[in-house]
Amino acid sequence: MAAAFGELAGGDRRPLARLLTRIENGDPSLRDELPALFAAGRGAHVVGVTGPPGSGKSTLVSALTGEWRRRGRRVGILAVDPSSPYTGGAILGDRIRMMEHAADRDVFMRSMASRGELGGLAATTWVAAAALDAADFDPVIIETVGAGQSEVEIARLAETTVLVEVPEMGDEVQAIKAGLLEVADIIAVNKGDRPGADRAARQLRAMLSTAGSRLERKPPPILVTTATTGAGVAALVDAIDAHRSEARRPELARERAANQVRRALATLATRRAEDDPAWEPTVASVAARELDPLTAAQRLIGE
Amino acid sequence: MNDQTDTSAPPIRVLIAKPGLDGHDRGAKVLARGLRDEGFEVIYTGLRQTPEMIADAAEQEDVDVVGLSILSGAHMTLLPRVVKLIRERGMDDVLVAAGGIIPDADIEKLKAAGIAEVFGPGTSIGQIARYFRENARRRR
Repeated sequence: MAAAFGELAGGDRRPLARLLTRIENGDPSLRDELPALFAAGRGAHVVGVTGPPGSGKSTLVSALTGEWRRRGRRVGILAVDPSSPYTGGAILGDRIRMMEHAADRDVFMRSMASRGELGGLAATTWVAAAALDAADFDPVIIETVGAGQSEVEIARLAETTVLVEVPEMGDEVQAIKAGLLEVADIIAVNKGDRPGADRAARQLRAMLSTAGSRLERKPPPILVTTATTGAGVAALVDAIDAHRSEARRPELARERAANQVRRALATLATRRAEDDPAWEPTVASVAARELDPLTAAQRLIGE
Repeated sequence: MNDQTDTSAPPIRVLIAKPGLDGHDRGAKVLARGLRDEGFEVIYTGLRQTPEMIADAAEQEDVDVVGLSILSGAHMTLLPRVVKLIRERGMDDVLVAAGGIIPDADIEKLKAAGIAEVFGPGTSIGQIARYFRENARRRR
């Protein structure tokens, strides 16, 4: 199977596109191939881009892609949009802002529906990122669904998390609330041509530089960008590239690995709790109120 | 809410695209929204796409269906070209359908060029959804 993944880097987009579909659909035959897929990875920088709906994430990702292309990099993009909780359907509209790269063979962009996952990502996003890595794209950008204050999943899993904010994000108290702002490695105040952008950046800088005394984190760089004109985009690319070595410190790599395993375990456990006959008696005894869910979970994973 | 028979099957992925220069995409958006409500994953690419851009998007997104909305009258030039490019890229089993203002006289010619079906004004979203469900390739 390693040969199959070797062809991913050959530049033909079709095998990669098909592989991503198998990943998204949870094709069971893929399970045995996963070790080879991860082994085929070339160490792409995985960059998360998150922020509220309408903050300009897609436009900024497109602008970043253009800048990285000028620097000779091949860019992979996974853009996640929400699935309907009622019908499972989705509108995946991130491509609208990225069509200028559609014909560029050195950019691969794939839209993903979140398919029932919370946290702004799909359960398979990480495997999809590994596929883009194996296909020799670097960086691999993951654009989350429009996120509010607490969708921090991306920061647990991406190497570098860019939070996109807009000048009208609110007052200083918004900046000191817990959540997304805490976990960002870099903050881009986008729509920098709007009034108040520099002031918003200053406020964020002031509030975030006084925080963090208990955390082993440097305050994140805060940059003003205007994705539609490209202003500030080169500086943002510099900041993301500069963060790469920081993100690969062994303790941070270990933390990310732990989070990836935790997430994979949760996915496996969810599937088994739904339909594994071996688990059924334990699940049934919880339903019958003979057992509490926590004890049941401990038993099921053999603790 | 929808009559997708096998709920465990992955959603059908549809690319809705507007080839050419007409700037009216209300219909495309209404259809995208309607298909979403029918349980499809709809990739919408926006206005003024070249056939190359559409084929490139269909290839990367690995869609099951490409729906082309066209009101400009340039369908005889643009639609066969999209089909040709899609087939050239090895997507033999992707269903390509069209909607918009297309005279009856052109429909047979478009079908001969590989457009699977043409949906004119007055078609309901339910009809289109049913057609896609019945005719899109089904994957594992």
